[in-house]
Amino acid sequence: MADRVLAIMEQRDGALRKVSYEVIAAARLLGDVDALVLCEGAVEGTGDLRAVGAARVLSAAHPDFRLYNPDGFAATIGELASGYSAVVFAGTATGRDLAPRVAARLKVSCATDVIELGRDGAAVTATRPVYAGKVLQKIRLTGTPAVASIRPNTFPADKPAEPGPPGEVESVTVPAFATRVTVKEIKAAATATLDVTEAPIVVSGGRGLKEPANFKLLEDLAAALGTAAVGASRAVVDAGWRDHGAQVGQTGKTVSPGLYFAIGISGAIQHLAGMRTAKVIVAINRDKDAPIFKVADYGIVGDLFEILPRLTDEIKRVRAGQ
Amino acid sequence: MKIAVCLKRVPDTTAKITIGPDRKSITDTGLKFVPNPYDEFALEAALALKEKSGGGETVVYSVGTDASAETLRTALAMGIDRAVLLQAPGGADGLAIAQALAAELGAGAFDLLLFGKMAVDDHNHAVGPMTAELLAIPCITSVAKMTIENGAVEAEREIEGGIEVVTCSLPAVITCEKGLNNPRLPSLKGIMAAKKKPLETKPAALGAPTLEIVSLELPPERQPGRIVGEGADAVPALVQLLRTEAKVL
Ligand SMILES: Cc1cc2nc3c(=O)[nH]c(=O)nc-3n(C[C@H](O)[C@H](O)[C@H](O)COP(=O)(O)OP(=O)(O)OC[C@H]3O[C@@H](n4cnc5c(N)ncnc54)[C@H](O)[C@@H]3O)c2cc1C
Ligand SMILES: Nc1ncnc2c1ncn2[C@@H]1O[C@H](COP(=O)(O)O)[C@@H](O)[C@H]1O
Repeated sequence: MADRVLAIMEQRDGALRKVSYEVIAAARLLGDVDALVLCEGAVEGTGDLRAVGAARVLSAAHPDFRLYNPDGFAATIGELASGYSAVVFAGTATGRDLAPRVAARLKVSCATDVIELGRDGAAVTATRPVYAGKVLQKIRLTGTPAVASIRPNTFPADKPAEPGPPGEVESVTVPAFATRVTVKEIKAAATATLDVTEAPIVVSGGRGLKEPANFKLLEDLAAALGTAAVGASRAVVDAGWRDHGAQVGQTGKTVSPGLYFAIGISGAIQHLAGMRTAKVIVAINRDKDAPIFKVADYGIVGDLFEILPRLTDEIKRVRAGQ
Repeated sequence: MKIAVCLKRVPDTTAKITIGPDRKSITDTGLKFVPNPYDEFALEAALALKEKSGGGETVVYSVGTDASAETLRTALAMGIDRAVLLQAPGGADGLAIAQALAAELGAGAFDLLLFGKMAVDDHNHAVGPMTAELLAIPCITSVAKMTIENGAVEAEREIEGGIEVVTCSLPAVITCEKGLNNPRLPSLKGIMAAKKKPLETKPAALGAPTLEIVSLELPPERQPGRIVGEGADAVPALVQLLRTEAKVL
């Protein structure tokens, strides 16, 4: 029997989220992928999912699925899942909430925040960071189906550049369910537009920025870089300079961007816990002995207030020339 | 209101972790253990709710070895009324733990069941919502703000780029995120009182395992990086390296 894997797509406001493509890429490591979209109505980009590797695209539409509906989603996936050897979720706020609910219904454990997926015979194996990233845990999921959520920005995915013509989408029935938990609304965060967990580049600042207004320097750098998000150390979040949603580290978010800037951040172990899996790390700090330089690929020692404007200009110049 | 808090004993987050000879577990000797930091938000929430309502009971549960009794005493010292230790060897299997807790907590025995959003050792984020599913009661995870009125919960949880406002009715499971409150420290009086509070011990009814640890490994060391230079004059060289060597720009 070919291994069939159910990949749970995430959408917001009728558009697929980038991480959904990563879920397909991860699920393909385990077998033939059926992509499931839970939605109220049509979701943009659904038809393209076959172009990125889904064998089938399934749509579970329900009037109560405009926003996340934990009970309805879990009931639908729980019902479908018995035909699959694995179910893969995005390790987002939604996926982390939903995967254990589905797993409990199916009487299996689940692997959270997975960075590698594979098989050992019939069993699914997964690698995941534990102890604040100090240890990598390799596990085997021995129940069926295997349930896992993947860390965003970890499994490279191709997103089709141009939306193609809508492909075939099969409707699946949403079983009867009782809504016990209701998501009333999503309040937009005061600042963050692009979330640090999803951004390909993260520019983080710490206490070295001296005062909240100086984060403008980081916002300028992020804007010059294009799709970049501004992150922060706990010291500045606790001081009320930035929202908790921007905090990187053990008690904040775990990020794995392609490029991470740590600017005026000392590199405490709890901060490293949240960003050590970034592909390339750049540190700017005036203290040459700051621990951040031990994990940074590239560093500049010096005053960030002198370096940042220059860096922003240089990046603008280089990107304009491309 | 009757409130249950589920508490895990975990290694202090600043501790150096050493992998044991079996390559599947960590070495406990010399390691400092603490109550899971997210569970402290749960303990504080339980105490504050009881104080506000002026009645009811708070009970703390932990699945673990006898060493977890010490962690439970800390919760009693903070002000929790009584503790239950469900004895079992440690494990990373979230469902097995949730089954043990669900069997003990029963349906309907509590108005509110509080968990941490995750345990800082295994990072599973699973035991709270799994327990709720097993008990067939509502659950809201990673809650950073909550109000409870007339048997209904309104909570806020952070999602990517926004905040979800979520409601449910009691009884419910809530898993607690940083920002919910500032956990109190046990007072000297509390520590004395905790010695006389009931701490019941019984075997845990762990579920059958569906997850096996194959191995623990240290993550690959990051290659020591390079100081490109000092001050703003190093900027062009840095940008050059990011483009041509790291190929990230
Ligand atoms: C349980 C627990 C959980 C925690 N969780 C987190 C977490 O999730 N995330 C997190 O970040 N921290 C966390 N911390 C806190 C962590 O230990 C550090 O206190 C924090 O990361 C320090 O923030 P910082 O680097 O901004 O500040 P500092 O340590 O004060 O560092 C500021 C840096 O800026 C540099 N600097 C100053 N001025 C300039 C200048 N003009 N130019 C260039 N460089 C300059 C200094 O040399 C210094 O290295 C946690 C701590 C605990 C105990
Ligand atoms: N062994 C345990 N005993 C009691 N509660 C636990 C145990 N393991 C996990 N929990 C609870 O479940 C939450 C989430 O843990 P986890 O799913 O392991 O990340 C923790 O914050 C605790 O509230």
